[in-house]
Amino acid sequence: MTRLFTPKRSIPRSVEIGVGTAVAGSALLTWCLLSYLQLVSGAFLPRPDEVWTAFVKVLSNGSLFEHMQVSLTEIYIGFFLSSIIAVPLGVFMGSYRIVAAAIEPLVNFMRYLPVTALIPLLILWIGIGIEEKIAVIFLGTFFQQIVLCADVSANVSDDLYRVSYTLGVNRRQVVTRVMLPATLPGVMDTLRVTMGWAWTFLVVAELVAASAGLGYMILQAMRGLHPATIFVGIFTIGILGLLTDLVFKMAKRWLLPWTAAH
Amino acid sequence: MAQVSIRNVALHFTSRRVGTVTALENLSLEIPDKQFAVIVGPSGCGKSSLLHLVAGLTEVSAGGCYVDDEVVTDPGADRGMVFQNYSLFPWLTVRKNVEFGLSIQKISADQRAQRAQHYIHAVGLNGFEDAYSSQLSGGMQQRAAIARALANDPQVLLMDEPFGALDSQTRTIMQELLLRIWEREQKTVLFVTHDIDEALFLGDVVYVMSGRPGTIVDSVGVTLERPRHYEMVTSPEFIELKRRIMVNLHREVEQAMMQNQEHLIG
Repeated sequence: MTRLFTPKRSIPRSVEIGVGTAVAGSALLTWCLLSYLQLVSGAFLPRPDEVWTAFVKVLSNGSLFEHMQVSLTEIYIGFFLSSIIAVPLGVFMGSYRIVAAAIEPLVNFMRYLPVTALIPLLILWIGIGIEEKIAVIFLGTFFQQIVLCADVSANVSDDLYRVSYTLGVNRRQVVTRVMLPATLPGVMDTLRVTMGWAWTFLVVAELVAASAGLGYMILQAMRGLHPATIFVGIFTIGILGLLTDLVFKMAKRWLLPWTAAH
Repeated sequence: MAQVSIRNVALHFTSRRVGTVTALENLSLEIPDKQFAVIVGPSGCGKSSLLHLVAGLTEVSAGGCYVDDEVVTDPGADRGMVFQNYSLFPWLTVRKNVEFGLSIQKISADQRAQRAQHYIHAVGLNGFEDAYSSQLSGGMQQRAAIARALANDPQVLLMDEPFGALDSQTRTIMQELLLRIWEREQKTVLFVTHDIDEALFLGDVVYVMSGRPGTIVDSVGVTLERPRHYEMVTSPEFIELKRRIMVNLHREVEQAMMQNQEHLIG
């Protein structure tokens, strides 16, 4: 019993699974109690079976997939564009003083500017289509990725560079032979974390103004007083996020075997 | 041939907080080919800085370092280095770490594998070729780091307190291992440590460095016969040499501490 409450001690696998299931289960149970016993009005809290019916409906009429496709397209394009520029820029910013001197002032100004504040301006400039969502995701993740990657790269031990020079590496080779592999695990973590933020920016952008997407679906359901459909939207976003995270975890294990080796 | 000459070297650091600090001043040292030279000195005396200068990782402020009369301007594969902190590349296996320098030199995969295996065997890491550094103990990581430096066949081996972080039993074993390899390879070695026993056990000559600004205050020829065995550290000859270095070093450490105090009070 005492070892369960000792900091950083391992606990039996059965207890680990048990408490996880218990907490998730009791959340579900609370929902059932509140809705089936009508402790909360059905106008606010749908019953699980209503959510299931709503799910089957949006699934069979194809609207769920349509919205999902729009949202996924927006997020992957925005995230991809941001990552391919921000990651190298951030890694160089953390390792080369000259790059830091050039872009750090601008980056530091932009990173404290919440991207949500830019949404009205972006609507004015680009409209409410898919391009605007991509722009929101891009601007929301870009500067954060730069800062996080710069941190990762600044934390690479000087000795790794020094030892590589004494083994005959030149200034150009050091980028591919040391900087790249040394920052890779941290960069992967950065991508994983910022992907989570990208989902938030996406849904906010879709809630403000959109003509399709999961956020738009949720907003429409609210206007039509369909709390069950809102729940379907929320669960879908949650599960998509969870799957993306899982992909990142698996990619890390596969691409970076040394980070798992102990 | 690899004779290392350090001629009238000075090293100054400038930082915004403390102004200009003189780490090394008017330091000269002649290390003949194939000598195992050890430098001992109080902590912060600039021993490591001196190695970095010879490696070409830091620029001298005055004077110059020479390998066979050629002035050092940049780091290069002719001067291999082993660091105090485990500096294996964590993304590479032991084998790939040892092959690293050879792959930079574009040596064929066959030869690379052969050379790597030879040195992995020499440091006793057989069976750990495919392990990552996170799976190895501190002593094993340093063995791999030594194998990596040697596989590159440098003319000079620079060692910056390579066993400083190891427990004393492991350290003894590593010292003996290093000597066995050195007796076969016969390279010029510049070894930095603060451990007098280690210095005497390993070196042909032990140079004693002063506190900041660092300069050479004594050089002690170690007359112990080779090959050396660990019991030698209890011989009267060893004790006598140790006493001489201790007296020197003790004075330097005391002065260095007083300097620091003045610095703090002033």
